Amino acid sequence: MLSVKNLHASVDGKEILKGIDLEVKAGEVHAIMGPNGSGKSTLASVLAGNEKFTVTAGSAEFLGRDLLSMPIEERARLGLFLGFQYPVEIPGVTMANFMKLAVNEHRKYRGEEPLTAGQFLKLMREKSAVVELDSKLTSRAVNEGFSGGEKKKNEIFQMAMLDPKLAILDETDSGLDIDALRIVATGVTRLHTPQNATVVITHYQRLLDYIVPDYVHVLYKGRIIHSGDKTLALKLEKEGYDWLINDYREE
Amino acid sequence: MEQIGGREYKYGFTTEIETETIPKGLSEEVVRLISAKKGEPEWMTERRLKAYRHWLTLEPPTWAHLTIPEIDFQDIIYYAAPRPPKKLGSMDEVDPELKRTFEKLGIPLEEQMALAGVAVDAVMDSVSVKTTFKETLAEKGIVFCSMAEAIRDYPELIRKYLGSVVPHTDNFYAALNAAVFSDGSFCYIPKGVRCPMELSTYFRINAAGTGQFERTLIVADEGAYVSYLEGCTAPQRDENQLHAAVVEIVVERDAEVKYSTVQNWYPGDREGRGGVYNFVTKRGLCRENARLSWTQVETGSAITWKYPSCILAGDNSVGEFYSVAMTNNFQQADTGTKMIHVGRNTRSRIVSKGISAGSSQNSYRGLVRVAKAAEHARNYSQCDSLLIGDRCGAHTFPVIDVRNRTAVVEHEATTSKISEDQLFYCNQRGLTTEDAVGLIVNGYAREVLAKLPMEFAVEAQKLLALQLEGSVG
Repeated sequence: MLSVKNLHASVDGKEILKGIDLEVKAGEVHAIMGPNGSGKSTLASVLAGNEKFTVTAGSAEFLGRDLLSMPIEERARLGLFLGFQYPVEIPGVTMANFMKLAVNEHRKYRGEEPLTAGQFLKLMREKSAVVELDSKLTSRAVNEGFSGGEKKKNEIFQMAMLDPKLAILDETDSGLDIDALRIVATGVTRLHTPQNATVVITHYQRLLDYIVPDYVHVLYKGRIIHSGDKTLALKLEKEGYDWLINDYREE
Repeated sequence: MEQIGGREYKYGFTTEIETETIPKGLSEEVVRLISAKKGEPEWMTERRLKAYRHWLTLEPPTWAHLTIPEIDFQDIIYYAAPRPPKKLGSMDEVDPELKRTFEKLGIPLEEQMALAGVAVDAVMDSVSVKTTFKETLAEKGIVFCSMAEAIRDYPELIRKYLGSVVPHTDNFYAALNAAVFSDGSFCYIPKGVRCPMELSTYFRINAAGTGQFERTLIVADEGAYVSYLEGCTAPQRDENQLHAAVVEIVVERDAEVKYSTVQNWYPGDREGRGGVYNFVTKRGLCRENARLSWTQVETGSAITWKYPSCILAGDNSVGEFYSVAMTNNFQQADTGTKMIHVGRNTRSRIVSKGISAGSSQNSYRGLVRVAKAAEHARNYSQCDSLLIGDRCGAHTFPVIDVRNRTAVVEHEATTSKISEDQLFYCNQRGLTTEDAVGLIVNGYAREVLAKLPMEFAVEAQKLLALQLEGSVG
């Protein structure tokens, strides 16, 4: 589904990603971990197409298409979803209105008719239940005045609405209390199917108690320095990154 | 956030209709000719001449934050009437070419109007071509007709009210309008009558080089209510067109008037060539317990100079001003309001949302005055500016003049930009940048758009998005 090869990217002339290789297949869950500043969020942003970053080398294929040459919105419509670490506020635009536009743009791209108001409301009711999102929030402005937990739930709600092929969730667990974490993580798990894939970026093993990864990657200084299965996350939780980083330094 | 451009003006076409015009220039003779062409009584001719003579003593105002090319007032045609000017009984009699223009503009002059419940007094250039729903309105005693008809049929009302809120001595353009106004609309709602439908007038400048001088007078008698809509579009053209309208509103005791405008005159091209110069004087007078609400969405014109105002003369009267002013490319707007508190317990509310893109300049200019006798007056003002790109300008010139210690006056102002983060977020959800900007701008203007009547609000939303297309890349 996603095939990233030797991806290099920089911001303001400073290289952040220094050769990322990543293969994600349908049905898989990948976790990307690593110390602060290692380039995890940058990787997510670059794959989504954020123009702050410049791709300097490498390639990325998504569903057989050249991801890096596509505009941001086309990547999204093709089925790439980014759950934002810091969801953005859009004053005056209701969540419902925002999602209606987004859902219908996705449908148009697939050659489907736009949803009627009734169909849309039904879909919204259904999907807000996935993350126990207070239905009142959908009539409020996008992320405006939402609590930290609500914002993150709202990201997963949007993921549910848009039904992506590949969801990249950037620290969706940060700033969540225990209950909100359970709700958000359970929501993500419920959305997972053999046809789609999820990449979760996280600092903590606790998220992976709910979202069990098939692969765990450690990103350090712009490279994936180690990959393993779910037991790697447990080991990192216990021992930290030092043993890996030290290893890496010796190389 | 660059690449300022914008879609070409959607309503840029002219209609091939025979137009009756008089020679360029302004003189007593021309004023008399206009009055004669309209078959006006002597007292009206005299009023026009008085205004003209006063106008000769005035200079165009220069205090606005606008760069106005010198206007040669002798190079303007002051009268144009589509032929035939004879009265039309039904739609069948309307020039088919004219009908097509209205259809292109999306003016629902025909059967769909009945469904929409809107009575349209369509002004093509200067002479009202057709007024509909007059009979329905007549049953309630409501008068809704062209100014020319009003002068003929309701001279006592016109003599009483015309010029009572905006006298010809008010300012340069008001004087000019009083001298040469071509036509416009008159609306009178009798005591205690609630107008059962939104009254609507569409204006359209059409004949090349013809200045348009609309005159609108709305009188809501004691306890009456009316919601009035004004919307306009103009055909694309290189030469500048002068538009100097006057709107007067009298809101008698316990009455309420809502006046909504969507202004979409030709703004000029991307390089700033052409476009309408829009110098408008709009003012309303509120008696005891009266309420006047101005709502405007200003997206057009090369230059906008416009301050819809309320004189809160009566105790407990309320004035409101809700405005969205958007400028793109090389447009300039200097717009705002005046709230003059004279009566006791008068209240006013100002919500102004400026949106600047391209190389445009957008200014809010406001005056809140609380007179000595205005015990316990209250005002709340909110002036927001949204900038798109880094070549445009947003300015606010709020003046607060309080002469009574019991007044409570609040002013809030913000300036913001559409952030790259907001655009990225929207793009990531599958929206194009243009759609995203349209969405963000409409969200920003929502509080004002919500004050518009439903159908108008939808139109205004589309207009905002349309006007910004291509402005963010």
